[in-house]
Amino acid sequence: MKKEDIPQDPSSLANFSKEVYYATDNAGNYVTGLSTGWEVKANALDVAWKDIEQRVAAAKQKVLDKQASPLLYFMELHLMDAGILSAYTGFWQWQIKRHLKPSVFRRLSDKKLSKYAAAFNTGIDEIKTMMH
Amino acid sequence: MITPFEHIQAAHCENGVTTNLLQQTGVDKITEPLAFGIGSGLFYIYIPLLKINNGPAIAFRTMPGLIFKRTCKALGIDVVRKKFRSREQAELFLEACINSGQPVGCQVGVYYLSYFPKEYRFHFNAHNLIVYGREDDRYLISDPVMETVTTLSRYELERVRFAKGPLAPNGQIYFPKEHPPVGDQQIANAIKSGIKRNVRDMLRIPGAFAGVKGIKYTGEKIKKWRDKLGEDQAGLYLAQLVRMQEEIGTGGGGFRYIYAAFLQQSYAFHPYDELPEISKIFTEAGDLWRTSAVQAAGIYKKRLGSQEDFNTMGNYLLEISQIERRGFEALSKIKWRS
Repeated sequence: MKKEDIPQDPSSLANFSKEVYYATDNAGNYVTGLSTGWEVKANALDVAWKDIEQRVAAAKQKVLDKQASPLLYFMELHLMDAGILSAYTGFWQWQIKRHLKPSVFRRLSDKKLSKYAAAFNTGIDEIKTMMH
Repeated sequence: MITPFEHIQAAHCENGVTTNLLQQTGVDKITEPLAFGIGSGLFYIYIPLLKINNGPAIAFRTMPGLIFKRTCKALGIDVVRKKFRSREQAELFLEACINSGQPVGCQVGVYYLSYFPKEYRFHFNAHNLIVYGREDDRYLISDPVMETVTTLSRYELERVRFAKGPLAPNGQIYFPKEHPPVGDQQIANAIKSGIKRNVRDMLRIPGAFAGVKGIKYTGEKIKKWRDKLGEDQAGLYLAQLVRMQEEIGTGGGGFRYIYAAFLQQSYAFHPYDELPEISKIFTEAGDLWRTSAVQAAGIYKKRLGSQEDFNTMGNYLLEISQIERRGFEALSKIKWRS
Protein backbone atom coordinates (compact mmCIF):
# COMPACT_ATOMS: atom_id res chain seq x y z
CA MET A 1 0.00 0.00 0.00
CA LYS A 2 1.19 3.48 -0.88
CA LYS A 3 1.25 6.14 1.80
CA GLU A 4 -1.24 8.32 -0.12
CA ASP A 5 -3.66 5.36 -0.21
CA ILE A 6 -3.93 5.12 3.59
CA PRO A 7 -7.69 5.36 4.10
CA GLN A 8 -9.16 8.41 5.83
CA ASP A 9 -12.79 7.32 6.31
CA PRO A 10 -15.04 8.22 9.24
CA SER A 11 -15.04 5.59 12.02
CA SER A 12 -15.65 5.01 15.72
CA LEU A 13 -12.05 6.05 16.32
CA ALA A 14 -13.08 9.67 15.69
CA ASN A 15 -12.95 10.91 19.30
CA PHE A 16 -10.25 8.49 20.38
CA SER A 17 -7.15 8.46 18.25
CA LYS A 18 -5.90 8.04 14.73
CA GLU A 19 -4.24 4.71 14.08
CA VAL A 20 -0.83 3.86 12.66
CA TYR A 21 -0.47 2.25 9.24
CA TYR A 22 2.69 1.01 7.58
CA ALA A 23 2.88 2.01 3.91
CA THR A 24 5.48 2.79 1.27
CA ASP A 25 6.66 6.22 0.10
CA ASN A 26 7.53 7.16 -3.49
CA ALA A 27 10.94 5.49 -3.23
CA GLY A 28 9.32 2.26 -2.00
CA ASN A 29 10.56 2.70 1.58
CA TYR A 30 8.28 1.83 4.47
CA VAL A 31 7.07 4.76 6.54
CA THR A 32 4.23 5.18 9.01
CA GLY A 33 1.11 7.25 8.46
CA LEU A 34 -2.03 7.98 10.47
CA SER A 35 -5.55 6.97 9.47
CA THR A 36 -8.96 8.09 10.72
CA GLY A 37 -10.46 4.74 9.76
CA TRP A 38 -11.36 2.47 6.85
CA GLU A 39 -14.94 2.03 5.67
CA VAL A 40 -14.47 -1.71 5.07
CA LYS A 41 -13.65 -2.41 8.70
CA ALA A 42 -16.05 0.22 10.07
CA ASN A 43 -18.75 -1.81 8.28
CA ALA A 44 -17.40 -5.05 9.79
CA LEU A 45 -17.69 -3.53 13.27
CA ASP A 46 -21.25 -2.34 12.49
CA VAL A 47 -22.22 -5.85 11.42
CA ALA A 48 -20.86 -7.26 14.69
CA TRP A 49 -22.80 -4.72 16.79
CA LYS A 50 -26.04 -5.19 14.85
CA ASP A 51 -25.77 -8.89 15.63
CA ILE A 52 -25.25 -8.11 19.31
CA GLU A 53 -28.29 -5.78 19.32
CA GLN A 54 -30.39 -8.57 17.83
CA ARG A 55 -29.17 -11.01 20.47
CA VAL A 56 -30.01 -8.55 23.25
CA ALA A 57 -33.50 -7.95 21.81
CA ALA A 58 -34.13 -11.69 21.44
CA ALA A 59 -32.94 -12.29 25.02
CA LYS A 60 -35.23 -9.55 26.33
CA GLN A 61 -38.21 -11.14 24.58
CA LYS A 62 -37.33 -14.53 26.05
CA VAL A 63 -37.27 -13.04 29.53
CA LEU A 64 -40.62 -11.30 28.98
CA ASP A 65 -42.03 -14.61 27.74
CA LYS A 66 -40.76 -16.28 30.96
CA GLN A 67 -38.53 -18.64 29.01
CA ALA A 68 -35.38 -17.30 30.66
CA SER A 69 -34.36 -15.27 33.69
CA PRO A 70 -33.14 -11.67 33.35
CA LEU A 71 -29.57 -12.98 33.62
CA LEU A 72 -29.77 -13.97 29.94
CA TYR A 73 -30.55 -10.39 28.99
CA PHE A 74 -27.62 -8.99 30.99
CA MET A 75 -25.26 -11.64 29.66
CA GLU A 76 -26.07 -10.72 26.07
CA LEU A 77 -25.91 -7.01 26.93
CA HIS A 78 -22.41 -7.45 28.34
CA LEU A 79 -21.24 -9.86 25.61
CA MET A 80 -20.67 -12.55 28.22
CA ASP A 81 -20.98 -16.28 27.86
CA ALA A 82 -21.31 -18.60 30.85
CA GLY A 83 -17.51 -19.01 30.97
CA ILE A 84 -16.78 -15.30 31.29
CA LEU A 85 -19.64 -14.74 33.76
CA SER A 86 -18.39 -17.66 35.81
CA ALA A 87 -14.94 -16.06 35.98
CA TYR A 88 -16.39 -12.70 37.10
CA THR A 89 -18.82 -14.09 39.70
CA GLY A 90 -17.14 -17.23 41.01
CA PHE A 91 -20.25 -19.33 40.25
CA TRP A 92 -19.76 -22.58 38.37
CA GLN A 93 -21.05 -22.63 34.81
CA TRP A 94 -23.68 -25.24 35.70
CA GLN A 95 -24.94 -22.96 38.47
CA ILE A 96 -25.23 -20.08 36.01
CA LYS A 97 -27.16 -22.30 33.63
CA ARG A 98 -29.58 -23.16 36.46
CA HIS A 99 -29.93 -19.49 37.38
CA LEU A 100 -31.04 -18.83 33.81
CA LYS A 101 -34.29 -20.64 34.63
CA PRO A 102 -36.95 -18.16 35.86
CA SER A 103 -38.12 -20.55 38.60
CA VAL A 104 -34.61 -20.90 40.05
CA PHE A 105 -33.76 -17.23 39.56
CA ARG A 106 -36.82 -16.13 41.61
CA ARG A 107 -35.46 -17.92 44.68
CA LEU A 108 -31.88 -16.55 44.49
CA SER A 109 -30.67 -14.81 47.65
CA ASP A 110 -29.67 -11.16 47.57
CA LYS A 111 -26.11 -12.27 48.30
CA LYS A 112 -25.96 -14.29 45.11
CA LEU A 113 -27.72 -11.59 43.12
CA SER A 114 -25.21 -9.03 44.34
CA LYS A 115 -22.41 -11.04 42.70
CA TYR A 116 -24.22 -10.79 39.39
CA ALA A 117 -24.92 -7.11 40.00
CA ALA A 118 -21.21 -6.46 40.50
CA ALA A 119 -20.30 -8.33 37.32
CA PHE A 120 -22.85 -6.34 35.33
CA ASN A 121 -21.95 -3.00 36.92
CA THR A 122 -25.53 -2.52 38.14
CA GLY A 123 -27.82 -3.11 41.15
CA ILE A 124 -29.95 -6.04 42.32
CA ASP A 125 -33.25 -4.28 41.61
CA GLU A 126 -32.08 -3.35 38.13
CA ILE A 127 -31.30 -7.00 37.44
CA LYS A 128 -34.69 -8.17 38.68
CA THR A 129 -36.56 -5.61 36.59
CA MET A 130 -34.25 -5.58 33.56
CA MET A 131 -33.95 -1.82 33.94
CA HIS A 132 -30.53 -0.22 33.97
CA MET B 1 6.36 10.37 41.36
CA ILE B 2 6.71 11.12 37.68
CA THR B 3 9.45 9.57 35.62
CA PRO B 4 10.60 11.43 32.51
CA PHE B 5 8.84 9.50 29.81
CA GLU B 6 8.45 9.78 26.08
CA HIS B 7 5.28 8.34 24.57
CA ILE B 8 5.63 6.37 21.33
CA GLN B 9 2.63 5.56 19.14
CA ALA B 10 2.72 2.19 17.43
CA ALA B 11 0.40 0.15 15.26
CA HIS B 12 0.21 -2.73 17.74
CA CYS B 13 0.05 -2.54 21.51
CA GLU B 14 2.55 -5.26 22.40
CA ASN B 15 5.06 -4.11 19.76
CA GLY B 16 4.66 -0.59 21.09
CA VAL B 17 5.18 -1.51 24.74
CA THR B 18 8.19 -3.66 23.84
CA THR B 19 9.76 -0.95 21.68
CA ASN B 20 9.19 1.78 24.23
CA LEU B 21 10.44 -0.16 27.26
CA LEU B 22 13.53 -1.30 25.35
CA GLN B 23 14.30 2.25 24.24
CA GLN B 24 14.00 3.31 27.89
CA THR B 25 16.76 0.85 28.75
CA GLY B 26 19.02 2.21 26.03
CA VAL B 27 18.29 0.01 23.01
CA ASP B 28 18.05 3.09 20.77
CA LYS B 29 17.93 1.22 17.48
CA ILE B 30 14.85 -0.85 18.23
CA THR B 31 11.77 0.03 16.18
CA GLU B 32 8.27 -1.43 16.09
CA PRO B 33 8.96 -3.50 12.93
CA LEU B 34 12.26 -4.80 14.38
CA ALA B 35 10.59 -5.81 17.65
CA PHE B 36 7.80 -7.52 15.70
CA GLY B 37 10.16 -9.40 13.39
CA ILE B 38 12.70 -10.40 16.05
CA GLY B 39 9.77 -11.73 18.09
CA SER B 40 8.60 -13.72 15.01
CA GLY B 41 5.27 -11.92 15.26
CA LEU B 42 3.80 -12.91 11.90
CA PHE B 43 1.47 -15.88 12.05
CA TYR B 44 -1.83 -17.25 10.88
CA ILE B 45 -4.19 -19.67 12.57
CA TYR B 46 -7.84 -20.59 12.21
CA ILE B 47 -9.10 -22.82 15.01
CA PRO B 48 -12.16 -24.54 13.53
CA LEU B 49 -14.25 -25.54 16.54
CA LEU B 50 -13.46 -22.64 18.82
CA LYS B 51 -15.84 -19.67 18.77
CA ILE B 52 -14.92 -16.14 19.80
CA ASN B 53 -17.80 -13.65 20.10
CA ASN B 54 -19.99 -16.16 18.24
CA GLY B 55 -17.63 -16.15 15.25
CA PRO B 56 -14.53 -17.94 13.99
CA ALA B 57 -11.30 -17.88 16.02
CA ILE B 58 -8.68 -16.41 13.69
CA ALA B 59 -5.33 -14.79 14.49
CA PHE B 60 -2.83 -13.04 12.23
CA ARG B 61 -0.08 -12.82 14.81
CA THR B 62 1.65 -14.94 17.34
CA MET B 63 0.37 -15.59 20.89
CA PRO B 64 0.07 -12.53 23.15
CA GLY B 65 3.14 -12.03 25.32
CA LEU B 66 5.55 -13.84 23.02
CA ILE B 67 6.82 -10.81 21.10
CA PHE B 68 8.07 -9.11 24.28
CA LYS B 69 9.50 -12.33 25.66
CA ARG B 70 11.27 -13.44 22.50
CA THR B 71 12.60 -10.02 21.55
CA CYS B 72 14.14 -9.42 24.98
CA LYS B 73 15.59 -12.92 25.07
CA ALA B 74 17.11 -12.60 21.61
CA LEU B 75 18.79 -9.34 22.66
CA GLY B 76 20.19 -10.99 25.79
CA ILE B 77 17.97 -8.99 28.14
CA ASP B 78 16.44 -10.56 31.26
CA VAL B 79 12.86 -9.65 32.02
CA VAL B 80 10.76 -9.31 35.15
CA ARG B 81 7.29 -10.75 34.75
CA LYS B 82 4.83 -11.09 37.61
CA LYS B 83 1.25 -12.22 37.96
CA PHE B 84 -0.82 -11.73 41.10
CA ARG B 85 -3.68 -13.38 42.95
CA SER B 86 -4.17 -10.44 45.27
CA ARG B 87 -5.24 -7.06 43.93
CA GLU B 88 -3.50 -5.34 46.86
CA GLN B 89 -0.19 -7.05 46.10
CA ALA B 90 -0.58 -6.16 42.43
CA GLU B 91 -1.00 -2.48 43.24
CA LEU B 92 1.83 -2.46 45.81
CA PHE B 93 4.22 -3.93 43.26
CA LEU B 94 3.13 -1.42 40.63
CA GLU B 95 3.63 1.44 43.11
CA ALA B 96 7.08 0.17 44.04
CA CYS B 97 8.07 0.05 40.36
CA ILE B 98 6.93 3.52 39.43
CA ASN B 99 8.32 5.00 42.66
CA SER B 100 11.71 3.67 41.66
CA GLY B 101 11.34 5.29 38.23
CA GLN B 102 10.61 2.04 36.38
CA PRO B 103 7.86 2.29 33.76
CA VAL B 104 6.13 -1.09 33.42
CA GLY B 105 4.13 -2.99 30.82
CA CYS B 106 0.70 -4.13 32.00
CA GLN B 107 -1.59 -6.67 30.37
CA VAL B 108 -5.22 -5.52 30.58
CA GLY B 109 -8.71 -6.36 29.34
CA VAL B 110 -10.42 -3.81 27.10
CA TYR B 111 -14.04 -4.43 28.12
CA TYR B 112 -13.87 -2.02 31.06
CA LEU B 113 -11.09 0.16 29.63
CA SER B 114 -12.81 3.51 30.07
CA TYR B 115 -10.92 5.57 27.48
CA PHE B 116 -11.53 3.06 24.65
CA PRO B 117 -14.48 3.81 22.32
CA LYS B 118 -17.49 1.70 23.28
CA GLU B 119 -17.52 0.04 19.84
CA TYR B 120 -14.11 -1.52 20.52
CA ARG B 121 -14.85 -2.83 23.99
CA PHE B 122 -15.12 -6.60 23.67
CA HIS B 123 -13.90 -9.15 26.22
CA PHE B 124 -10.38 -9.09 24.83
CA ASN B 125 -7.84 -9.52 27.61
CA ALA B 126 -4.50 -9.25 25.84
CA HIS B 127 -4.21 -5.51 25.43
CA ASN B 128 -0.97 -3.93 26.63
CA LEU B 129 -0.14 -0.50 27.98
CA ILE B 130 2.61 1.21 29.96
CA VAL B 131 2.10 2.73 33.41
CA TYR B 132 4.80 5.35 34.00
CA GLY B 133 3.66 7.26 37.06
CA ARG B 134 0.87 8.45 39.31
CA GLU B 135 -0.52 11.87 40.03
CA ASP B 136 -2.80 11.88 43.10
CA ASP B 137 -5.40 9.22 42.44
CA ARG B 138 -4.72 8.75 38.73
CA TYR B 139 -2.17 6.51 37.07
CA LEU B 140 -0.34 7.92 34.06
CA ILE B 141 -0.83 5.65 31.08
CA SER B 142 0.96 5.39 27.76
CA ASP B 143 -1.23 3.28 25.49
CA PRO B 144 0.77 2.64 22.32
CA VAL B 145 -2.24 2.65 20.01
CA MET B 146 -3.06 6.23 21.03
CA GLU B 147 -1.50 9.44 19.76
CA THR B 148 -1.03 10.86 23.27
CA VAL B 149 -0.78 9.71 26.88
CA THR B 150 -3.86 9.30 29.08
CA THR B 151 -4.77 8.43 32.70
CA LEU B 152 -6.84 5.89 34.64
CA SER B 153 -8.14 6.05 38.20
CA ARG B 154 -6.93 3.44 40.69
CA TYR B 155 -10.24 1.62 40.43
CA GLU B 156 -10.29 1.71 36.63
CA LEU B 157 -6.76 0.35 36.36
CA GLU B 158 -7.39 -2.38 38.91
CA ARG B 159 -10.54 -3.42 37.08
CA VAL B 160 -8.80 -3.87 33.72
CA ARG B 161 -5.73 -5.53 35.27
CA PHE B 162 -8.08 -8.06 36.81
CA ALA B 163 -10.41 -8.55 33.86
CA LYS B 164 -11.73 -12.11 33.69
CA GLY B 165 -12.26 -14.69 30.98
CA PRO B 166 -9.92 -16.15 28.33
CA LEU B 167 -6.32 -14.87 28.66
CA ALA B 168 -7.18 -13.20 31.98
CA PRO B 169 -4.26 -10.87 32.80
CA ASN B 170 -4.16 -11.59 36.57
CA GLY B 171 -2.55 -8.21 37.11
CA GLN B 172 0.41 -9.14 34.93
CA ILE B 173 3.32 -6.68 34.97
CA TYR B 174 6.50 -6.96 32.93
CA PHE B 175 9.59 -4.97 32.07
CA PRO B 176 13.18 -5.52 30.91
CA LYS B 177 15.90 -5.53 33.58
CA GLU B 178 18.99 -3.34 33.47
CA HIS B 179 21.43 -4.78 30.96
CA PRO B 180 24.76 -4.14 29.23
CA PRO B 181 24.54 -2.12 25.99
CA VAL B 182 23.06 -3.99 23.03
CA GLY B 183 25.31 -3.74 19.97
CA ASP B 184 24.52 -4.00 16.26
CA GLN B 185 25.89 -7.53 16.07
CA GLN B 186 23.44 -8.67 18.74
CA ILE B 187 20.54 -7.07 16.87
CA ALA B 188 21.75 -8.72 13.64
CA ASN B 189 21.82 -12.13 15.35
CA ALA B 190 18.37 -11.53 16.83
CA ILE B 191 17.00 -10.66 13.37
CA LYS B 192 18.41 -13.85 11.92
CA SER B 193 16.93 -16.08 14.64
CA GLY B 194 13.62 -14.22 14.45
CA ILE B 195 13.34 -14.83 10.71
CA LYS B 196 14.32 -18.49 11.03
CA ARG B 197 11.70 -19.10 13.71
CA ASN B 198 9.06 -17.32 11.64
CA VAL B 199 9.90 -19.47 8.62
CA ARG B 200 9.41 -22.53 10.79
CA ASP B 201 6.12 -21.28 12.25
CA MET B 202 4.62 -20.42 8.87
CA LEU B 203 5.95 -23.26 6.70
CA ARG B 204 6.55 -26.25 8.92
CA ILE B 205 4.01 -26.10 11.74
CA PRO B 206 2.13 -29.42 11.86
CA GLY B 207 -1.60 -29.59 11.10
CA ALA B 208 -3.81 -27.97 8.48
CA PHE B 209 -5.04 -24.95 10.47
CA ALA B 210 -1.93 -22.84 10.96
CA GLY B 211 0.78 -21.16 8.92
CA VAL B 212 0.47 -20.75 5.14
CA LYS B 213 -1.54 -24.01 5.05
CA GLY B 214 -4.03 -22.47 7.47
CA ILE B 215 -4.69 -19.59 5.05
CA LYS B 216 -5.45 -22.07 2.29
CA TYR B 217 -7.64 -24.11 4.66
CA THR B 218 -9.65 -20.98 5.53
CA GLY B 219 -10.05 -20.15 1.83
CA GLU B 220 -11.50 -23.62 1.16
CA LYS B 221 -13.82 -23.29 4.17
CA ILE B 222 -15.10 -19.87 3.09
CA LYS B 223 -16.34 -21.33 -0.18
CA LYS B 224 -18.60 -23.63 1.88
CA TRP B 225 -19.83 -21.02 4.36
CA ARG B 226 -22.72 -19.81 2.20
CA ASP B 227 -24.37 -23.23 2.05
CA LYS B 228 -23.38 -24.32 5.51
CA LEU B 229 -24.14 -21.17 7.52
CA GLY B 230 -26.57 -19.18 5.38
CA GLU B 231 -25.82 -15.73 4.04
CA ASP B 232 -26.36 -13.83 7.31
CA GLN B 233 -24.12 -15.99 9.45
CA ALA B 234 -21.51 -16.27 6.69
CA GLY B 235 -21.48 -12.47 6.49
CA LEU B 236 -20.89 -12.28 10.25
CA TYR B 237 -18.02 -14.73 9.97
CA LEU B 238 -16.40 -12.71 7.18
CA ALA B 239 -16.84 -9.52 9.20
CA GLN B 240 -14.99 -11.17 12.08
CA LEU B 241 -12.19 -12.25 9.72
CA VAL B 242 -11.80 -8.67 8.50
CA ARG B 243 -11.80 -7.31 12.05
CA MET B 244 -9.07 -9.68 13.16
CA GLN B 245 -7.12 -8.74 10.04
CA GLU B 246 -7.48 -4.96 10.06
CA GLU B 247 -8.55 -3.72 13.48
CA ILE B 248 -6.41 -1.24 15.35
CA GLY B 249 -3.11 -2.86 15.92
CA THR B 250 -2.26 -4.61 12.69
CA GLY B 251 -0.69 -1.74 10.77
CA GLY B 252 -2.91 -2.83 7.83
CA GLY B 253 -3.10 -6.10 5.89
CA GLY B 254 -3.01 -8.38 8.93
CA PHE B 255 0.51 -7.35 10.08
CA ARG B 256 1.94 -8.17 6.64
CA TYR B 257 3.00 -4.55 6.06
CA ILE B 258 4.79 -4.38 9.41
CA TYR B 259 6.64 -7.55 8.47
CA ALA B 260 7.57 -6.09 5.09
CA ALA B 261 8.89 -3.01 6.92
CA PHE B 262 10.87 -5.30 9.23
CA LEU B 263 12.59 -7.03 6.29
CA GLN B 264 13.43 -3.66 4.78
CA GLN B 265 14.91 -2.41 8.06
CA SER B 266 16.83 -5.66 8.47
CA TYR B 267 18.91 -4.68 5.45
CA ALA B 268 20.80 -2.19 7.65
CA PHE B 269 22.04 -5.13 9.74
CA HIS B 270 22.33 -7.76 6.98
CA PRO B 271 23.09 -6.02 3.66
CA TYR B 272 21.74 -8.79 1.45
CA ASP B 273 19.86 -7.73 -1.67
CA GLU B 274 17.31 -10.51 -1.07
CA LEU B 275 15.83 -8.80 2.00
CA PRO B 276 14.30 -5.72 0.30
CA GLU B 277 13.17 -7.96 -2.56
CA ILE B 278 11.42 -10.43 -0.22
CA SER B 279 9.93 -7.43 1.60
CA LYS B 280 8.00 -6.69 -1.61
CA ILE B 281 6.46 -10.17 -1.52
CA PHE B 282 4.96 -9.41 1.90
CA THR B 283 3.71 -6.04 0.66
CA GLU B 284 1.99 -7.98 -2.12
CA ALA B 285 0.45 -10.34 0.44
CA GLY B 286 -0.76 -7.39 2.56
CA ASP B 287 -2.27 -5.72 -0.52
CA LEU B 288 -4.16 -8.88 -1.44
CA TRP B 289 -5.42 -9.34 2.13
CA ARG B 290 -6.90 -5.86 1.84
CA THR B 291 -8.40 -6.59 -1.58
CA SER B 292 -10.01 -9.68 -0.07
CA ALA B 293 -11.40 -7.52 2.78
CA VAL B 294 -13.14 -5.32 0.20
CA GLN B 295 -14.71 -8.46 -1.30
CA ALA B 296 -15.75 -9.63 2.18
CA ALA B 297 -17.33 -6.23 2.86
CA GLY B 298 -19.37 -6.60 -0.34
CA ILE B 299 -20.78 -9.80 1.15
CA TYR B 300 -21.51 -8.57 4.67
CA LYS B 301 -22.95 -5.33 3.27
CA LYS B 302 -25.26 -7.58 1.20
CA ARG B 303 -24.09 -6.01 -2.05
CA LEU B 304 -22.69 -9.43 -3.06
CA GLY B 305 -23.88 -12.84 -1.98
CA SER B 306 -23.82 -15.44 -4.76
CA GLN B 307 -21.81 -18.64 -4.47
CA GLU B 308 -19.54 -17.15 -7.14
CA ASP B 309 -18.81 -14.22 -4.76
CA PHE B 310 -17.87 -16.63 -1.98
CA ASN B 311 -15.64 -18.55 -4.40
CA THR B 312 -13.86 -15.34 -5.34
CA MET B 313 -13.35 -14.58 -1.64
CA GLY B 314 -12.00 -18.07 -0.92
CA ASN B 315 -9.71 -17.92 -3.95
CA TYR B 316 -8.11 -14.71 -2.67
CA LEU B 317 -6.98 -16.63 0.39
CA LEU B 318 -5.62 -19.50 -1.71
CA GLU B 319 -3.59 -16.97 -3.67
CA ILE B 320 -2.36 -15.23 -0.49
CA SER B 321 -1.30 -18.60 0.89
CA GLN B 322 0.87 -19.13 -2.19
CA ILE B 323 2.38 -15.65 -2.01
CA GLU B 324 3.30 -16.05 1.65
CA ARG B 325 4.71 -19.51 0.98
CA ARG B 326 6.90 -17.98 -1.70
CA GLY B 327 8.01 -15.24 0.72
CA PHE B 328 8.95 -17.60 3.54
CA GLU B 329 10.64 -20.08 1.21
CA ALA B 330 12.79 -17.24 -0.10
CA LEU B 331 13.63 -16.28 3.50
CA SER B 332 14.54 -19.88 4.31
CA LYS B 333 17.06 -19.89 1.43
CA ILE B 334 19.02 -16.87 2.64
CA LYS B 335 22.68 -17.70 3.21
CA TRP B 336 23.47 -15.96 6.47
CA ARG B 337 27.09 -14.83 6.46
CA SER B 338 27.07 -13.48 10.01
